[in-house]
Amino acid sequence: MTEARFDRAPGDQSIATKQQAASSGILVYSIGLLLAAILTAISFWVANTTLLWGPGVALGLAVLAIAQMGVHLVFFLHITTGPDNTNNVLALAFGVLIVLLVVAGSLVIMANLNGSMMPADMMDMQMHY
Amino acid sequence: MNLLGKLDWSAIPFDQPIIMGAGAFMVLAIVGILSWVTLKGYVPYLWREWITSVDHKRIGVMYFLLALVMLLRGFSDAIMMRAQQAVAAGGAQGYLPPEHFDQVFSAHGTIMIFFVAMPFVIGLMNFVLPLQLGVRDVAFPTLNSVSFWLTASGVLLINISLVVGEFAKTGWIAYPPLSELQFSPGVGVDYYLWSLQISGVGTLLTGINFVTTILKLRAPGMGYMRMPVFCWTSLAANLLIVAAFPVLTATLGMLLLDRYLGFHFFTVDGQGNAMMYVNLFWVWGHPEVYILILPPFGIFSEVVATFSGKPLFGYRSMVAATMAICVLSFLVWLHHFFTMGASADVNGFFGVMTMIIAVPTGVKVFNWLFTMYGGRVRFEVPILWSIGFMVTFVIGGMSGVLMAVPPADFQLHNSLFLVAHFHNVIIGGVIFGVMAGYNYWFPKAFGFKLDERWGRASFWCWLIGFYVAFMPLYVLGLMGMTRRMQHYDNVAWQPWLVVAAIGTAIILVGIVCQIVQLVVSIRDRDRLRVTGDPWNGRTLEWSTASPPPAWNFAVLPQVAERDSFWVAKHRAGARQAQPEPARQYEPIEVPKNSPVGVVNAFFAVVIGFALIWHIWWMAGLGLIGTFLAILVFAFRDGDETEVPAEQVAEFDRLHEARVAI
Repeated sequence: MTEARFDRAPGDQSIATKQQAASSGILVYSIGLLLAAILTAISFWVANTTLLWGPGVALGLAVLAIAQMGVHLVFFLHITTGPDNTNNVLALAFGVLIVLLVVAGSLVIMANLNGSMMPADMMDMQMHY
Repeated sequence: MNLLGKLDWSAIPFDQPIIMGAGAFMVLAIVGILSWVTLKGYVPYLWREWITSVDHKRIGVMYFLLALVMLLRGFSDAIMMRAQQAVAAGGAQGYLPPEHFDQVFSAHGTIMIFFVAMPFVIGLMNFVLPLQLGVRDVAFPTLNSVSFWLTASGVLLINISLVVGEFAKTGWIAYPPLSELQFSPGVGVDYYLWSLQISGVGTLLTGINFVTTILKLRAPGMGYMRMPVFCWTSLAANLLIVAAFPVLTATLGMLLLDRYLGFHFFTVDGQGNAMMYVNLFWVWGHPEVYILILPPFGIFSEVVATFSGKPLFGYRSMVAATMAICVLSFLVWLHHFFTMGASADVNGFFGVMTMIIAVPTGVKVFNWLFTMYGGRVRFEVPILWSIGFMVTFVIGGMSGVLMAVPPADFQLHNSLFLVAHFHNVIIGGVIFGVMAGYNYWFPKAFGFKLDERWGRASFWCWLIGFYVAFMPLYVLGLMGMTRRMQHYDNVAWQPWLVVAAIGTAIILVGIVCQIVQLVVSIRDRDRLRVTGDPWNGRTLEWSTASPPPAWNFAVLPQVAERDSFWVAKHRAGARQAQPEPARQYEPIEVPKNSPVGVVNAFFAVVIGFALIWHIWWMAGLGLIGTFLAILVFAFRDGDETEVPAEQVAEFDRLHEARVAI
């Protein structure tokens, strides 16, 4: 059972904390914007540079993308570890789980189906008969 | 440039007496009801109190009514199919031509899943959830009204297809490439797609609304582990709605792009892959069956506990089983297409997962049995439906586990065995559950009980009719009869199909009994009048008046344990000498009614109809209308009205006086 003082809708604040939070709110958003911009800039740089080992670039971009998601979740969507955030964290976890299941499952299933298909050149041969 | 797109007089099948007769009957019924309502002067009342209402109880009742009406439509399709298959043996062709028979089975499936089972379940959740949670409304009352009316738009579109144009001939799953423009050039598939898209948006909004309600709005003190099981199963079902319905919308959206803008997602040519549609459809489709069955599981939990006079056995295991089903239901979808060519490894994995998901369901069945064991079971109508469910659903579940074995499924896929299986779980599970809930909560909604004799008659007709109608289909499936056959050569099948048709007739008697039950109950409402707690209930909905006032609870209940109303009743009995301290009434804010839902739905129908018939200007107008309606709603001033404390106190005083009598 969440206690009443923690049991607020996301974004709901008492008036006292609201005034107090106003300045820190702008600060948080600014840090988030800065981090997001830096990560974006690095991505563009990584994609165009010749300084890095070629095959590593794709992996690096994936890491940067995940970091970008993390920045968005923490600084813009305010996912924290606080007790008032359990619902949000659980919802996020559920969403990520379902998306993973659906995307990974569909990829495996479709790849597997394609593996059982007749190869394209054999299909052509059959059609010419 | 044709102003009316593809629409002209040839769209109306004047040469088909069956369709024209059904259409004429429908139009007459609608005109009759409308003129009766107008002549009696009920229109302002209906508009004020029902159509624009954002009260969750009224919306719930309207959902239920919509589902009842559509049950009649879907069931008449069923009778037509059974009658056709009972006669079309050997060389006979029956009375339905193939293109009509194909529409009938497609419409039957689509209507029964989307416009009967879904609104039944959503209607009950709408009515019960806030009452059980001890709150005054759902989280977003106006959104709730929008959801309902969008569902009604889908219903209207699918019924228009009966008379204007045609419905899909593809089955309710509309697999490409058959549903692509190349093989289904008519408007049937477009009717299917747009009515599902529009009502799908409504369902998604409902899901978001209820998840928010359960997570954020509960009576003070009601922790998660104190919620009634119906709230838990509803939470799971609505989480599944939120997770699964976007998949359906996206999949049907891709099919729409294929059909309207020449894309190649699922086409035979242009590197499309029809298998992807099948895959994505069932990514939605399997969670969908749990969206339908989980809330009835909750209903049975409430009914069994109440009528056994005992707390539910194994509350925690019930919650755990519910949430396990919620996640596992996303891991089994491939069992709908074992035969499509995946390797033994993939089939084996999904087969095993399918068998595993039967375990939590089994836990539930044992919990209900142990709840009844040692209890003083009152055999009233709701518990009859529950016991009928337990027997029937276990049979259906076992035939499902049988088909989870891929080699067995290769024999049974698309046979009548499958048809028998899913009717066994959907009728035996969802419909029986909904009927239990209907008989159980009807006195709460209207203040009088449903007539018991007719209720029993209806139950026995449904139960017997179900077995007579569907057990032969298991046999036919094993004899090799496939589904969706307009006629067949093997005369050995005919006797079984005749028996099945008789079963359908028995179910028809059951439905007639239900209608009679409703009429008789309304006629004898003074004899059947009840107070707030007619069944000696356990949960909070029984602590308020029947029917509940717009504000549900004059003072929000304080919850300190599970089954809090039951405990409170017993505590009150123990200290009868002291009167309760006088209640402190405060003014209550209730949401204002809003026509935005019904206006939006009107424009949704306009958009859907225009897109189906390629009347582009009309679709544009509809879009503008929707936008304007939302804009006007966004600029409203004040969305709540205040009920003064005196009025609340007066209602409470009257209610208590009535209870005392």
